[in-house]
Amino acid sequence: MNKGSKKVNFLRNSGFQTVTASLICIVLGLLVGYVVLLIINPKGAAEAIAAILKNYLYYPSPTAVMKYLGTTLVKASALLMCSLSVLFAYKAGLFNIGAAGQYVVGAGAALYFGLKLHMPWYVCIVAAAAAAAVTGGISGALKAYFNVNEVISCIMLNWISLYCVNMLLTRAKEQSAPYTRPLSSVNKGALIPTFGLDKIFANNGFVTIGVPLAIMTAFAVWVVLEKTKFGFELKATGMNKHAAQYCGMRYRRNIILTMMTAGSLAGLGAGIFYLSGIEQWMVQQTSVPAMGFNGIAAAFLGGLNPIGTVFSSYFIQHITSGGSYVDKTIYCAQISDLISAFIIYCCGLVLFFKIRLNRWLDDKERHAAKTQKGGGA
Amino acid sequence: MQRVEQYAIEMLNITKRFPGIIANDHITLQLKKGEIHALLGENGAGKSTLMSVLFGLYQPEEGEIRKDGQQVQINNPNDANDLGIGMVHQHFKLVECFSVLDNIILGVETTKGGFLKKDEARKKVAALSEKYGLLVDPDALVEDITVGMQQRTEILKMLYRNNQILIFDEPTAVLTPQETKELISIMKNLAAEGKSILFITHKLAEIMQAADRCSVLRKGKYIETVDIKDSTPGKLSAMMVGRDVNFTVDKKRCRPQAVVLDVKGMTVASKRRKDNAVNNVSFQVRRGEIVCIAGIDGNGQTELVYGLSGLEPLKEGTITMNGADITHMPIRKRLISGMSHIPEDRHKHGLVLDYSLEDNIVLQRYFEPQFTNKMGFLRRKEIRKYANRLIEQYDVRSGQGAVTKTRSMSGGNQQKAVIAREIDKNPKLLIAVQPTRGLDVGAIEYIHKQLVAERDAGKGILLVSLELDEVMDVSDRILVMYEGEIVGEFEPDKVTAEELGLYMSGSKRKEKGVDE
Ligand SMILES: Nc1ncnc2c1ncn2[C@@H]1O[C@H](COP(=O)(O)OP(=O)(O)OP(=O)(O)O)[C@@H](O)[C@H]1O
Ligand SMILES: [Mg+2]
Repeated sequence: MNKGSKKVNFLRNSGFQTVTASLICIVLGLLVGYVVLLIINPKGAAEAIAAILKNYLYYPSPTAVMKYLGTTLVKASALLMCSLSVLFAYKAGLFNIGAAGQYVVGAGAALYFGLKLHMPWYVCIVAAAAAAAVTGGISGALKAYFNVNEVISCIMLNWISLYCVNMLLTRAKEQSAPYTRPLSSVNKGALIPTFGLDKIFANNGFVTIGVPLAIMTAFAVWVVLEKTKFGFELKATGMNKHAAQYCGMRYRRNIILTMMTAGSLAGLGAGIFYLSGIEQWMVQQTSVPAMGFNGIAAAFLGGLNPIGTVFSSYFIQHITSGGSYVDKTIYCAQISDLISAFIIYCCGLVLFFKIRLNRWLDDKERHAAKTQKGGGA
Repeated sequence: MQRVEQYAIEMLNITKRFPGIIANDHITLQLKKGEIHALLGENGAGKSTLMSVLFGLYQPEEGEIRKDGQQVQINNPNDANDLGIGMVHQHFKLVECFSVLDNIILGVETTKGGFLKKDEARKKVAALSEKYGLLVDPDALVEDITVGMQQRTEILKMLYRNNQILIFDEPTAVLTPQETKELISIMKNLAAEGKSILFITHKLAEIMQAADRCSVLRKGKYIETVDIKDSTPGKLSAMMVGRDVNFTVDKKRCRPQAVVLDVKGMTVASKRRKDNAVNNVSFQVRRGEIVCIAGIDGNGQTELVYGLSGLEPLKEGTITMNGADITHMPIRKRLISGMSHIPEDRHKHGLVLDYSLEDNIVLQRYFEPQFTNKMGFLRRKEIRKYANRLIEQYDVRSGQGAVTKTRSMSGGNQQKAVIAREIDKNPKLLIAVQPTRGLDVGAIEYIHKQLVAERDAGKGILLVSLELDEVMDVSDRILVMYEGEIVGEFEPDKVTAEELGLYMSGSKRKEKGVDE
């Protein structure tokens, strides 16, 4: 009896439930992806799924593995920042679908400060965070003063941001190609230092202190939300703005601050990413980079827990990168995106599985109580 | 009245557990056809839970439910509806931005080819409201109508679905005495037609008036079912609390001292109408007295308090607290300089329902150095200690103590948490709006004692109440508000309830400075 209830208590543990639900989502996503591959072309389906899961493990040489692990980590840390952005706003009652646009603005500011103004990396990073904070703040202010739904204003700002940044960065692009000029040739000082991290990852120079910085930020977000007065106020405002007003919090300011903080997190992510030199900005792109949207999935897959998102961000980036190893002679080039999209989509079901799990536990308990009574009588 | 001795509903041996608490512990409740059956019990005794089980919102771990002698399984509110069971919840469940009519037909819409056919529904609703005297405007938006009307909408919802078993969870907590009287006569009509009614209330007088039988719960356990004609309020309350309850408030004469609150010419605009909700109101509250604003709901009391607490700006006039002009002071500053406010609507203003009980208990003081250190980190240990002290002192009951999600607590215990927080802040001025709404008689007794103790400790208390009994019992001075103005000032021992009623309904008024 005692043992049984202990087991049930363990199953009821929220952390355990989140992890279980996340794992179920991942398996489900892989299954759906696999079925789709089977339908398209059954011949290479198993290999394709394996390739996605393997990602850099595809390479036989340990040096190459380390090198590409590094690349995945760099991308994952940007994704982590975006998911922290979504998570932070969500905990304070707002849905920051604008992480994508804030990320774009962050990228624009970082690159412009680095390429045109020749600023050192730390100034560029601060600029990225500040510009993105302003972008988030716009949605926050619209919500606070005019009750404009943040989802709508964020989506519109995503596009506005994209085209503004494209225009801005056209001034810093290569002569013959639609890409911004590489930082390594224009302004080495704008590259984030590696402090020897590149040595660990087989001289992968893109692995900078941005990676540990992102992980530390996750921890900081947790501390701010759970342990500080600031977090207490923002969460209270998000959950009940009338109560916040009643107890004297400046609730309008809090809504704006929430969105600004969320924005700065996404902007920081963009800064970490582009100031590593890993990619150049394509000034003719007509779609908002997926990073911000994937951040939503990562936040949910991580059970809306900052530490959880460290793992979920890595996983999502892992399969996204893994997608490029799918055999393109069998499947078309977009297949990798499609499969990772399935998995990410299923990641959104974490809450659903948690609820189902609880219901199932309820049923079982009731059943147990009934049979016990029946047996006793 | 009960010729056929048969039960419409039987709930046998129902057990429902929540984390940390057995909300219903083998409870049996039998509802006869055509009777009004009252359910009485302290805050947190498990009344709402039991009714939610009957309505299919919770599944009991043990026990069975029978309807007309047949065992039934109620998995969700739709099942309940199919069995003819309807419920008006303690906290209403209407769609705010829908019209009354839309709310009534929601879920049982008549459609033709996928399009709504509202005409028939409208006719049926009109017929029902005529028949039972439930006056509502079917096209008004729910967010614009008074709570009394919202409740009538909820009742119409049940009648529209032709429910035969009607559950009312504390329907009168938010009603004016007049509306309560009307509700009780409506319930009696319904029962006379053969509908069976379950009625939860903390007001014993209502039980004596309305109910045929009454079942008493205490701490999740079933105590007894009694016939009302063989019972008295004293007996009922003793059964429910387990001791005798003192209904009148013992207090010494008040000794008012310096003025703590001075309001001059206060005018507050109305949100709903064009004219002012509060019109040129002036009064004072002194230290060591309880001043009560009496009146029928909707005569500007809410806006008056909003103006005092800073939730709404004043159009004209000044407010002085302890000699300092606070007319334009931000809310936080008012609170720090000695104002406490027990709000009218605990769910809207009083609580962050998704916060834990302890977080709600420090909601007004989390920023103080004892709860937040210089770096901006919360002192969680101190918060826990403080919360536990208040929980014990005010007997706030919940499943898991300080860490309980406030949303899962019973209505009365939520209210106790708010009261504890506001009184313990040690204010100079305490504004208490309907502080005992939803509390059981034992808790009311305790809160009234606390108010008097605060008064004797030299605090100024402004009590806004719709309950005449409370007004007469607790206050030292009564101001009657009618249509945004103060129409009379009285001492409780020099006026009768009837006389007050005349002022409250506007049929009499006293001009300033003129004696009768
Ligand atoms: N959803 C829930 N989750 C956890 N605990 C709950 C939940 N609902 C109720 N409880 C607990 O069950 C107990 C009974 O609550 P219930 O709401 O039935 O009381 P009540 O008799 O209606 O009280 P009141 O007069 O204050 O409305 C309370 O201690 C409450 O904290
Ligand atoms: Mg209740």
